[in-house]
Amino acid sequence: MRAPSFNLLSSLTAIAALLALPWLVTSDYYVNIASQVVIAAILALSLNLLIGFGGMISLGHAAYLGVAAYLSIYLTAHAGFGHLAGALIAIGATTGLAMLFGYLALRASGLGFLMITLALGQILWGVAYRWASLTGGDNGLGGLKRPHPFGFNLMDPAVFYYFALAFLGIALWCIARFVQSALGQSLQGTRDQPRRMRALGYNVWLIQWLSFVFAGFWGAVAGLLYAYYHQFVSPQTLHLTTSAETLLMVIAGGSGTLLGPMVGAALVVILKNVVSAYITRWLILLGVIFVVIVLFMPEGLVPGITRWVRSLSSRPRADKAADTPSVVKEPAQ
Amino acid sequence: MNFWIIQGLNGLAFGSLLFILASGFSLIFGLMRIVNLSHGAYFMLGAYVGLSAIGAGVNFWIAILIGGGAISILGILIERFILRRLNGQPLAQVLVTLGIAFIIADTCVWIWTGDPRPLPMPRELAGAFRVSNLAFPIYRLFVIGVAFALAAALWFLLERSRLGAMIRAGVDDLAMARAMGIRTSLLFSAVFCLGSALAGAGGVLAGPILSVYPGLDSDMLPLALVVVILGGVGSLLGAFVGSLIIGFIYSYGQALFPDLAYVILFLPMVLVLTLRPTGLFGRQAI
Repeated sequence: MRAPSFNLLSSLTAIAALLALPWLVTSDYYVNIASQVVIAAILALSLNLLIGFGGMISLGHAAYLGVAAYLSIYLTAHAGFGHLAGALIAIGATTGLAMLFGYLALRASGLGFLMITLALGQILWGVAYRWASLTGGDNGLGGLKRPHPFGFNLMDPAVFYYFALAFLGIALWCIARFVQSALGQSLQGTRDQPRRMRALGYNVWLIQWLSFVFAGFWGAVAGLLYAYYHQFVSPQTLHLTTSAETLLMVIAGGSGTLLGPMVGAALVVILKNVVSAYITRWLILLGVIFVVIVLFMPEGLVPGITRWVRSLSSRPRADKAADTPSVVKEPAQ
Repeated sequence: MNFWIIQGLNGLAFGSLLFILASGFSLIFGLMRIVNLSHGAYFMLGAYVGLSAIGAGVNFWIAILIGGGAISILGILIERFILRRLNGQPLAQVLVTLGIAFIIADTCVWIWTGDPRPLPMPRELAGAFRVSNLAFPIYRLFVIGVAFALAAALWFLLERSRLGAMIRAGVDDLAMARAMGIRTSLLFSAVFCLGSALAGAGGVLAGPILSVYPGLDSDMLPLALVVVILGGVGSLLGAFVGSLIIGFIYSYGQALFPDLAYVILFLPMVLVLTLRPTGLFGRQAI
């Protein structure tokens, strides 16, 4: 068990860099990409609660992003709700959905959990795709205008970036508190030793379910920001590829840490934007990255590359990768 | 009344296609504990290969063999050179098959473009079968027949043959089966090859009904998952009954509430997972 430790100096530098970003890069294009990274980081942090700290590999996390986005756009742009009411209902209802999905998926564990989350997520995708009268089908749903909370104009890219960054700060703080709390610690216990935890009298199911709902809640927050950012949502948001991209962010950065998923989110979003500018075959690249990561660096891209660089440099050092929690190696049951 | 019969037959036909896909998926999962997320992509790639074969002038029946054969070779290669390296790491295997599914899906768009392609029906099965004032496409009846024959053949293979006894032993207790001298490594290859061949041939067979389009994989894969969750892991009977249930629900759902056909798929999952998490015919929880 590793308490998330931040070097104070480097984290202050990182925060300063994040705050100064709109002045450092003057182009709106890059500020917008930074906003995308921030939103993806919230989503990846929430999925990492399940994967890294709970050992529950979900392939349906796009559900919360997509449902919250659909609901907030539908409620505010098509059903006449105000921004605040729309946002609150969207997040509340999506969290409710997480309660149901968590109940169903936690009837199983391991591979069964993965299959159920995938099936539920893809059914939602099918609903968004087919229920055209409500969701606009393949054309998606638009018409949302960004709100003006407290007189801030969110249409301005830099203002929106700070808006999203504030949410990331809150999410990071809450998730860090959660991980260190008794509940979060017992969640990590259920990841490593579910039987022993059960024998000690912990309600493993309840611990996992509460964490699932908590992760769904932050997924919904990311979905709300996603809706404000794009002002549009399509079935693609709910698709398995979105869940897989989010999973990639978590494994790429190194799961089970707080910093990892954020780094992974930046990597994947930037890579996707850069690659899309040159070729249209992002999906093939996504697949190849998955295969390469699993075969050659199962502990994650960042720790894996670090290990490679270390082993290439002449100084022989003890392999530190061993204590990095690996997603793809299951804990012994 | 006619409506119910016709939609019932449609459901039976769709369930039959689903069974061809899900039986292989379930066998692979039951024996090897591999959730093969590429299975939907195998199905789609098989259909595209069959389409190209027919485009090259081959007749429909040979195209089914080519589609099934090509995918079984692909399956063997993936099993031997990738999945085997990850033996004993089920989650790593799932992620690899997911990555492969993406690669196959995007490659299909690359080669065969994004437009849906109809796969021509064999001439001898075109037309409709008529009883009084009911008409039903002969091809769909044929597909239903194929699925029932396949179910019988698989049942015979699993329950009555030596190979089947070995497979059942492997499903029940892999370590013990190996200790008894069963060559499980060969068994794994055989089962993965069989499952892939079924997926590929099933894709070609489905072509005239569903046509071939990008996204066919992600349409079919979750249905196969639901079938296995419903029917129970590694159970042939479960895959059969589950496929028919989903086939009926999907068919009636699409005819009665076209918008909600997918929402209705939640219901059997909710019911089964709540009341019987092992699935209808499974002996172990998934």
